[in-house]
Amino acid sequence: MALLEIRNIDCFYGDVQVIFGVSMHVDEGEVISLIGANGAGKSTLLRTVSGLMKPRSGEILFENEPVHDLRPEQIVERGIIQVPEGRRLFSLMTVRENLEVGAYNSRAYPHLAQTLKEVYKLLPRLEERENQLAITLSGGEQQMVAIGRAMMARPRILMMDEPSLGLAPVLIKEIFTTIRQIADQGTTVLLVEQDVQHSLSLSDRGYVLEHGRIVLEGSGKDLLENPDIKEAYLGI
Amino acid sequence: MDFDIILQAIINGLLTGSYYGLAALGLTLIFGVIKVINFAHGSLLMVGMFTAYWIVKLTGWNPYAALLVVVPLLFLFGYGLQGFLIKPVLIAQRDVREPTEVIIVTTGVWYILDNLALMLFGAEYRVVQTSVSGQIFMLGDYIFPKPQLYGFIITAATSFLLVWFLKYTKMGKAIRAASLDRDAASLMGINQYRVYNIAFGIGAAIAGIVGCVLIPFYYVFPTVGVVFDVKCFIIVVLGGLGSIPGALVGGAIIGLIESIFAQFIASTWTELIVYVVFLAVLFIRPAGLFGEKRDW
Repeated sequence: MALLEIRNIDCFYGDVQVIFGVSMHVDEGEVISLIGANGAGKSTLLRTVSGLMKPRSGEILFENEPVHDLRPEQIVERGIIQVPEGRRLFSLMTVRENLEVGAYNSRAYPHLAQTLKEVYKLLPRLEERENQLAITLSGGEQQMVAIGRAMMARPRILMMDEPSLGLAPVLIKEIFTTIRQIADQGTTVLLVEQDVQHSLSLSDRGYVLEHGRIVLEGSGKDLLENPDIKEAYLGI
Repeated sequence: MDFDIILQAIINGLLTGSYYGLAALGLTLIFGVIKVINFAHGSLLMVGMFTAYWIVKLTGWNPYAALLVVVPLLFLFGYGLQGFLIKPVLIAQRDVREPTEVIIVTTGVWYILDNLALMLFGAEYRVVQTSVSGQIFMLGDYIFPKPQLYGFIITAATSFLLVWFLKYTKMGKAIRAASLDRDAASLMGINQYRVYNIAFGIGAAIAGIVGCVLIPFYYVFPTVGVVFDVKCFIIVVLGGLGSIPGALVGGAIIGLIESIFAQFIASTWTELIVYVVFLAVLFIRPAGLFGEKRDW
């Protein structure tokens, strides 16, 4: 059964249409990659699922209930949590405070202490840095905080918008290892990435978005071997 | 110049500066969180003052007992003002980071409140005799007027409570998060408009506290807010927009300039010094004394 189902949505910025009849689904426990070039509409799609934008037509269902009319905070209450592009930490708050704000929703708040322990276990570096202001961290550490903050919300589905953006290769590897761990612990993951190699190799399935349309869909392995993908995204 | 006189001027300046700072605190909180310049801030202070005035006048209560009524009343007033008047404009201007149209709304509220007070209570300057009016406390040879001294204590207590609230409570952290990044706060499940309502309510409640503090030693009249509006804007910009220590230190600086320079020149000329210092600080530190170069 699909946990998250997007049915034929169209999205606009003003008069400009950026998403054209996109349908996709994410099943419980899956890791899904959504790949595509800059400007393909990947972030727009995530913003729409999170309720920061409204689709002009189409439906978004979470556990078979429509969520596209809900406000962002109501969508968070359902357990749809996004790690936004560019991390978007609360720069002048400490690491600990960033994590605590992550647990703001009413599902997660009663379990704050327990979740914090789990997040520190997953990302031990954060515990060392807990009293530092987020703005003083390195890029890799900031991304860890962004992931940790989202995990504090106890996601049913974790959507990550380009977690590897702007990081050194060694850190990218670390981030993807973390994502793998999160998925292995049973969280459903929807990963938006430009690092096609890494993201597809840890995904069950993937979708390719081009100019606001899904052009290809398949298992992670099949997509990696697809000649068009190889040419367009991997340069081989 | 006698040292004692200067020290007395410093005492007076700090006492005056404390309620300036408290008035600026509400304004800076509202700006810091909602990014809205609240031109009705002085008018909220006036509403607080008139409420305290009538409570003391009609019941003979201690002016500080009026806080029990004024603080919740102004909180609800600010909460409603944001929720019913400002929120629709913010929603319409959702993609604008510092919605200027809201300034017109807050200016409208300022005019309506001031003129409503003029219609209801007339233009005269009113004073009410309170149990603390005109009393002093002596420490050695130095004079501490009691109402101002209590004002100083109330400022310290209010600032402490506000910082504690913002730092340690769930809602306080949500307010800070929303002030740093609205969209990211939404993605963490924070209802930003509710946060704005509460921040505006707190800002208005602080203006009400200043109203109560002023009652024992200041005239009440419908445009009393304008006097404080101008000072608050200078203090907030001087201290750094959105900064709590900035508001308090800025208030103290303005209070000190006014009282110390009044020993050397006519007190009406101290305004000039205030503006010169203000411009000099902005010239050297455009973000204000405690302003952070932050990405709103």
